[in-house]
Amino acid sequence: MKRTVWFGVSLVVIFLIAGLLLPKWLLFLCTMAAANGVVSLGIVLLMRGGVVSFGQGLVFAAGGYAAALLSNKLGVTDALLLTAAGGAAAVLMTAPFAVLLARYRGIFFAMLTLALSMVLYGVLVKMDALGGSDGFTMSRPTLLGMKIADAWSGYVLYSIAVVATGLLSIGARIYFDSSRGLVSLAIRENELRVEYLGASVTRVMAANFLLAAFLGGAGGALAIMALGHIEPNFSYWTTSGEFVFVAILAGHTGVLGAFAASFVLELVRSFSSSYFPNTWQMALGIFLLIVIRFFPRGLGSLIKK
Amino acid sequence: MSPVLSAKSLSKHFDGVVAAEAVTIAVAAGERVGLIGSNGAGKTTFVNLITGYLKPDAGAIELDGRDVTALGPREIERLGVARSFQIPQLCAEMNVLDNILVAAACGGEALSFWQPAHTAQTRERALALLERFALGAHAERRVAELPGGIRKLLDIAMSLTRRPRLLLLDEPTSGVSVEEKFPMMETVMAAIAGETHSEGTAVLFVEHDMEIVTRYASRVVAFYSGRVLADGAPATVLADADVRRHVTGGQI
Amino acid sequence: MGAYAAASFVAWFAAAGFAPWMSIIALFMASVAVAALLAPLVERGLLRVFYGRDEVLLVLVTYALFLILEDATKLIWGANPYFVSAPYALFGNVQVGEQAYVGYDFALVVVAAVCGIGVWWGLNRTRIGKVVLAVIHSAEVASSMGVNVSRVYTFAFMFGIFLAALGGALTAPMISVQPGVSVSVVIVSFAVVIIGGLGSIEGAAIGALIVGLARALAVHTWPPAELFSIYLAMAIVLVFRPEGLFLRVKARRI
Ligand SMILES: Nc1ncnc2c1ncn2[C@@H]1O[C@H](COP(=O)(O)OP(=O)(O)O)[C@@H](O)[C@H]1O
Ligand SMILES: [Mg+2]
Repeated sequence: MKRTVWFGVSLVVIFLIAGLLLPKWLLFLCTMAAANGVVSLGIVLLMRGGVVSFGQGLVFAAGGYAAALLSNKLGVTDALLLTAAGGAAAVLMTAPFAVLLARYRGIFFAMLTLALSMVLYGVLVKMDALGGSDGFTMSRPTLLGMKIADAWSGYVLYSIAVVATGLLSIGARIYFDSSRGLVSLAIRENELRVEYLGASVTRVMAANFLLAAFLGGAGGALAIMALGHIEPNFSYWTTSGEFVFVAILAGHTGVLGAFAASFVLELVRSFSSSYFPNTWQMALGIFLLIVIRFFPRGLGSLIKK
Repeated sequence: MSPVLSAKSLSKHFDGVVAAEAVTIAVAAGERVGLIGSNGAGKTTFVNLITGYLKPDAGAIELDGRDVTALGPREIERLGVARSFQIPQLCAEMNVLDNILVAAACGGEALSFWQPAHTAQTRERALALLERFALGAHAERRVAELPGGIRKLLDIAMSLTRRPRLLLLDEPTSGVSVEEKFPMMETVMAAIAGETHSEGTAVLFVEHDMEIVTRYASRVVAFYSGRVLADGAPATVLADADVRRHVTGGQI
Repeated sequence: MGAYAAASFVAWFAAAGFAPWMSIIALFMASVAVAALLAPLVERGLLRVFYGRDEVLLVLVTYALFLILEDATKLIWGANPYFVSAPYALFGNVQVGEQAYVGYDFALVVVAAVCGIGVWWGLNRTRIGKVVLAVIHSAEVASSMGVNVSRVYTFAFMFGIFLAALGGALTAPMISVQPGVSVSVVIVSFAVVIIGGLGSIEGAAIGALIVGLARALAVHTWPPAELFSIYLAMAIVLVFRPEGLFLRVKARRI
């Protein structure tokens, strides 16, 4: 555990220093990769228990809207506070469904989560108070009581994302290595045995679902702070699909894979708009098939070897 | 003293198939009960009923005098009943050690979100248990690569992490060659003795080999199409005319 | 795909100067064409590679396929909506008491019932159907009894695609065919299957009725709730029957 913390902290420091050298567009790209990567990390966490959520857009949007509303309506502007609040809001929102969903596996789980996220999408589009399908904008957050200067905003937002995702990643790694984390892996393989050994499979799965929700909500808050604008698309199925894509690409072995994969996706996305704007989904689909076929444990398994 | 397990006229039918019919069996602490019966006699069904995997159509199950008929496998395990499986139920992609660590973690009070699964202490305890089953050499091997006999042993080892009061072994030596059966049973029984509950673990094992039954059971229960055909001392039960007709087919 | 193919076939038929009633045949031909072209390609070329793998992986494979086909339809048919009105007008209106109903809707109900009963009969009462059921239950046993399992898979998949395409083709006249129609269909049909229970035809029929009624009820009482009515119905059923209304018998594990 100590080693995990040290390793995590040093990585965060390295990224903070490296950020000083990056051009503006790349800073923004990395910020988004970190924000989206946390959401996918939630799916990785679920995958370790044997399920994949096709509706993480739900918690992404919940966290994003919560952060934006807190900032606009209640004047809570501290970036780290908003990130935590985004996670908490997503947990609150999904808590009523956790136990119900924890009983489902495979396609059932995938489709039920997808359905939930599409319901939220439907609601958001119709809610004029939240800007309907156009969404609304949020002003720039503050950090520890200080305003963020224009010239530095890119780097500061990047730093916030790096620190927040760093902390969450350390937490995730500790969880993966814990007894409960090991039992999650066992559930993926043989839940009958786990139940017979005296652990509640439903409770583990429900807790995993809520942890993933927290990660997703925090990711949503980080994303909206970087983007400055939120819209119902956060909860649309294509958004969720991209999170799944990154999680599959990352594989369920590690934590860092999620961010590497997320970075790849953001990179490809930024090029795709100029090179293949109409076949973006098709490219994603084909790439996904290739990964599933040839790297069933994700690209993360390559890094390890 | 009240028996550890008391099954009272359990019945279970599957679309007309009688898997259990008025099965009444009581097991006392420390007893070694051999369960015999031809294929389809209802032995596994009995184990499934006791452990809450199946719900009886009629009848009641008591553990230490407490009615547990409505409880599920997890709650029953928590009351000190462990089982092994005819087809080993393992985590095939994990290694042997991790399987034991999973069992140990599940048996703990609450699953920790941060306490590492792998610590010097948990590993040491898991390896000691593996050593008892002569599995120490396989600790780092992936379960999927292991031969059937080893998997069977691991399956039993996993059920022992919590020192159960009642251990149900479903065909511990099936799928193992005749020469290996005795050494295997010897290992299992020695390991159980080593991990035993303070009051003496009661063991109920399903077995087809009558030599093993006579050697390791202090009492034998014979099943035939869901019913208890005979129940008593090994010599008496194995000499029973009905048992010889329907179960042992005249051997011995 | 079915809806788009229907749009093209109906347009070709009209251009070729066929009588309007022939547009119905165009709808069916469109579904057959989709099944004949797409099914072998997907099943042989893609799904085959992944048989026997994790169920979750198969979900992902179909998801990837979905992404690819979404864009493929956009590439082939463009992003503008199509209107396939010819078949819709064909059946005129039916007067029931005060209300006038569109004849095409009635025809659809009849076709759906015929399809449902036909599939049920085909699966349970014919030799081929029983072979399919045997393969579903245990591919190994079936193959040891001399069944060509791989051909059964291809056949069953092709038939499934045909039904899906037919669903699309028959819906096409009632909607504007445009990108994005597929997601809502996926979710609704999944809700239907979940309510009914995976693998049960009676269940699917009843699930479809429940979803239809729930939607109709919502539209009549409080239109904004239409979307939720489906999920609400699904949630209520699942709370009481986690595996849907009709359980499929599961293979024994221990
Ligand atoms: N889950 C089940 N579903 C249907 N039939 C079952 C199930 N479990 C057991 N049976 C039937 O009950 C009978 C007894 O089975 P079992 O208890 O496994 O016998 P044994 O372990 O003595 O060989 C058999 O005829 C078997 O087919
Ligand atoms: Mg048996």
